[in-house]
Amino acid sequence: MIEIEHLTKRYGEHTAVSDLSFTVESGGIYGFLGPNGAGKSTTMNIMTGCLSATEGRVKIGGYDVFEQPDKAKRLIGYLPEQPPLYMSETPEEYLRFVGEAKGLRGAELAGQIEEVIRQTRLTEVRRRRISALSKGYKQRVGIAQALLGNPAVIILDEPTVGLDPIQIIEIRDLIKELGRSHTVIFSSHILSEVQALCDQIIMIAKGKLVAFDRPENLEKHLLSPNEIILTTDAPADEALVLLNGIDHITDLSVKEESDGFATAHIKTDLSDVYTLSRAVFSAFAAAGKVLLEMTVKKANLEDIFLELTDSDPAEAGEPVKDAENTEESEAAEE
Amino acid sequence: MTAVLKHELRGYFHSLTAYVFGAFLLAFVGIGALLYNIQAAVSNFEFVLNFSSLVFVVIVPILTMRVLAEERKQRTDQLLYSLPISTTQVVLGKYLALLTVYLIPLCVIAVYPLIFAQFGDVYLLTSYGSILAFFVMGAALIALGVFISSLTDNQGFAAGIGIAVILLNYYSVSLSEYVSSSTFGSVAALCVLILAFGAIVKHLTQNEHLAYAVCLVLAVLTAAACFLDGNGLEGLLPAVMTRLSLFDRFHSFVNGVFDMTSIVYYGSVIVFFLFLSVQSLEKRRYN
Repeated sequence: MIEIEHLTKRYGEHTAVSDLSFTVESGGIYGFLGPNGAGKSTTMNIMTGCLSATEGRVKIGGYDVFEQPDKAKRLIGYLPEQPPLYMSETPEEYLRFVGEAKGLRGAELAGQIEEVIRQTRLTEVRRRRISALSKGYKQRVGIAQALLGNPAVIILDEPTVGLDPIQIIEIRDLIKELGRSHTVIFSSHILSEVQALCDQIIMIAKGKLVAFDRPENLEKHLLSPNEIILTTDAPADEALVLLNGIDHITDLSVKEESDGFATAHIKTDLSDVYTLSRAVFSAFAAAGKVLLEMTVKKANLEDIFLELTDSDPAEAGEPVKDAENTEESEAAEE
Repeated sequence: MTAVLKHELRGYFHSLTAYVFGAFLLAFVGIGALLYNIQAAVSNFEFVLNFSSLVFVVIVPILTMRVLAEERKQRTDQLLYSLPISTTQVVLGKYLALLTVYLIPLCVIAVYPLIFAQFGDVYLLTSYGSILAFFVMGAALIALGVFISSLTDNQGFAAGIGIAVILLNYYSVSLSEYVSSSTFGSVAALCVLILAFGAIVKHLTQNEHLAYAVCLVLAVLTAAACFLDGNGLEGLLPAVMTRLSLFDRFHSFVNGVFDMTSIVYYGSVIVFFLFLSVQSLEKRRYN
């Protein structure tokens, strides 16, 4: 559906996106993940034709965004980071304009406006001025705009930023719903959000692709679990003695809890963490102590993210903070 | 394009812009008609239009200041870029909406000569020729205003620059009598113009080397012209100032001459500034 080939964007000396290539298949929800200033917004702006690329190509449904913008843009609905709304209009008037600009007419236009208003739950506020709406509603008007014309691809740039928890849940539900009938790409720097919603994760840092995989595969491939957390009713000093008697423990910390239990964090250098689980169980059973709880600590995306984005400081060039500032100052200049 | 046109028109008539613009124009033409046609009992309506053309200095910038600057400020330009319509369609749609807003009070004004014709001999051909020229001249000034609005995201700044540029254009013929007509004066003025042009090139392309190169080439050409034919440059500056004046060309219509070259001139000014506006919007996609 979307092919990005060797995409590069330079702002003078600063490279925002460098040699980015990936292909997005039709259908499903794709999370576009990266720290601030990683080039997420720049890439999305280029994909939607809002920005030109210094080098490289973007194809949407086989149409080149730069050479056949008309055909390519008909396949995309885009919500930029700041929803592009005309504050003095009502959602209805605004959607009518966007629908007409997307080439919808007459009954089809009216029908689609009704449909997206229903989908984004704007019915209550459809005749209020956009300037008087809450941030959550404004965001939904922005999403409604992107849905008009029933585009195959929906691109949302940080759709949940600045919303309260209830609004965030609503937008996430909406994204899930959209994912059933469209290809949805949304960017975020919140890992849990991406983990919960996405079928695939596209992770970029400093303008480069660092990972593109399913969330569970990313966890599996990149970090194998090697940590166990356990709770026992033995006192802390006894637990420490027991654990010290077990081989292959590389890191050990035991803490006395207020209710007389002890919790311990242990790490191992064994490739199979369950070998350690068995050894711990046997040791405690032999001593007649009860294990109340034992969990293998799973790697989460946060760890993977930190590992991937920080793994290559030498190649990184500019620090992330600087990149962010440059982008901001450029936005201000524009 | 029709989507943008309809959207803009709705915006103008939902806000005060269209009404303020129309009221100003009608008030000014009304005062003119009162002074010339009623009090002085002159039957030439074209004199009224000549008198009223000064109002463009204020009302054109008021009308055009927000047309592109506001899109940029509200970040709604991102929506326009991502919609399946080209930048040319956006600029044309917006420009046609402005022309419509301008045409409505003009239709009211077009009735005046007919009313006056009831009470005496009115030269209707000259009157309507002048009204047509008045429309085309206003259209050219609006195109200039659209371009100025495309350069900034600050409405106030766009209005200020617009007023200054149109005022300068209005008085450029009078001013041309006071500027030096010597060769040295012309060369000095050309140097200033070259530097100003270089600054615009630099602003539009963000390319210093290109701007310097353009300045250098133009400076060399000026120097060459100066050495080859020093006397040819004499009187160049006043001549250029007179030629560039949009208002000066309107006088020939007032005097009863329907000057096609002037209509073509106004047409080229419109195309030139709309083209620059499209380029100015396109340029934003590149940096």
